[in-house]
Amino acid sequence: MDNAFITGKLKTRFTEDILSVDEKGDMLTVTVNRKVIHEVIRFLKENESLGFTFLTTLCGIHYPEQELQLGVVYHLHRFSENTRILVKTFIPLDNPVVPTVTDVFSAANWMERETFDFYGIIFEGHPNLKRILNVEYLDYFPLRKEYPLEDPTREDKDNRFFGR
Amino acid sequence: MNDNLYTTLNLGPTHPATHGIFQNVLTLDGEKIIDTEQTIGYIHRAFEKIAEHRPFYQVTTLTDRMNYCSSPINNIGWHMAVEKLLGIKTTKRVDYMRIILMELARITDHLVCNSIIGVDSGALTGFIYVFQEREKVYEIYELLCGARLTTNVGRIGGFERDFSPEVIKRIYEFLNHLPKVLRQFEKLLLRNRIFMDRTIKVGPISAERAQNYGFSGPNLRAAGVDYDVRVTSPYSSYDDFDFTIPVGTQGDTYDRFCVRQEEVWQSLKLIRNALDNLPEGKYFVDVPGFYLPPKEDVYNKMEALIWHFKIVMGEIGAPVGEIYHSVEAANGELGFYLVSDGGRTPYRLHFRRPCFIYYQALPEMVKGGVLSDAILTMSSMNVIAGELDG
Repeated sequence: MDNAFITGKLKTRFTEDILSVDEKGDMLTVTVNRKVIHEVIRFLKENESLGFTFLTTLCGIHYPEQELQLGVVYHLHRFSENTRILVKTFIPLDNPVVPTVTDVFSAANWMERETFDFYGIIFEGHPNLKRILNVEYLDYFPLRKEYPLEDPTREDKDNRFFGR
Repeated sequence: MNDNLYTTLNLGPTHPATHGIFQNVLTLDGEKIIDTEQTIGYIHRAFEKIAEHRPFYQVTTLTDRMNYCSSPINNIGWHMAVEKLLGIKTTKRVDYMRIILMELARITDHLVCNSIIGVDSGALTGFIYVFQEREKVYEIYELLCGARLTTNVGRIGGFERDFSPEVIKRIYEFLNHLPKVLRQFEKLLLRNRIFMDRTIKVGPISAERAQNYGFSGPNLRAAGVDYDVRVTSPYSSYDDFDFTIPVGTQGDTYDRFCVRQEEVWQSLKLIRNALDNLPEGKYFVDVPGFYLPPKEDVYNKMEALIWHFKIVMGEIGAPVGEIYHSVEAANGELGFYLVSDGGRTPYRLHFRRPCFIYYQALPEMVKGGVLSDAILTMSSMNVIAGELDG
């Protein structure tokens, strides 16, 4: 099963909602429109000729300079032929909502909670969307790029001396 | 049904049977488990955030602290991820040395997990037998890199030093001695009627559910799926070796125990093979900007000194790219999703931590069972708090 076959399948099914296909990296990367992401994941899993039955991981990413700043990255894997695919979708910061895939993959439950915890991405329809690793009263999303690693009010360290 | 008839029991956060800091709130009907709610994050250290602010070589120390029962696998996995980004091919000697070290780590991890299953089912003796052996591996680590638990072993491009004759001698001693202990250990537990009654059909999961839950490693294989990263996407020359992937059928605690036990035997075989056939050559490849120049040169040559400084300060940028590299860690597929924007630090680094993903299946696995079985199920899943919380 080669990349052309997978992208062909996806493009016939979802037409212009497949925004871009990238084969330069070590994995086939497909960027799709947010409104079809749930259907794409379900299609990749349940279509008999594709059969990506394993959700390797799911994570968020933040590009502050993009118009659609937040991204969700899904890693899918088909064991029998050892094919991996990366599905991405980008969403705006002021409306960070994507449909949940917990009904397709049970594994997505905690992965989505972690992504919510880190990036504030709301997974619509998630059964228990609350923070998982950080305390519940945290009032920011720490993995977004605008949040500094260290307490910005510290004065005892001069970053110039640390190559930053 | 009236909720008041149920008992709520807090198992953890610091309960000896959880082997780590995480909490389970159990709803019990007598001894029967009705529901479980897990709370995790007690030792969350925001590794993914910290990694975005550190030069590549400094991320190694973060990986140590994930699965601290087998930190060399995490270290080497990270080094290989960076090498993949940089497009570097290591020498055969480096690959074989890495295999030896990773398999030693896998053995210690499995020994800990399996002996803890024994402890939790009331058999403390086996635990003491195998912990003496684990100590020997830690002594090998100590000889090799100076540290025992959080090893920080190896460098991007290979190793900081070659295996000394003493290290090789110790590994052979370990290889010759462990089988005896392992057989004693198996004699205590494997066909022990009490142990079998306590573990067979306890905390089972079907192959289909295990895949759906993102299981990997011994837990997935115990459920009957023969997925092993070492075989499906061989890294570090694993394809040079012949080894068997044990697979279970029931996905219960006993199968997980047996799969791990067999993997220890396979690892022993792998180490012996790799050590017997250890190729000549350099124990590192020179990665400009990432592998430190020899100390001798740093003291005597200007250029080496400059490189040394630049590397230590982490001034060298990595190429722009996006890669995913995974290794078969002791408890599953440990993945590194690394996005680089050409800077000195990763732009985004996501760790696929196997325990974090499979631990969420616990409520489904223990539902309807009794409390004491839940403890066994948990210990047989090999949940390591450091990796769970990341």
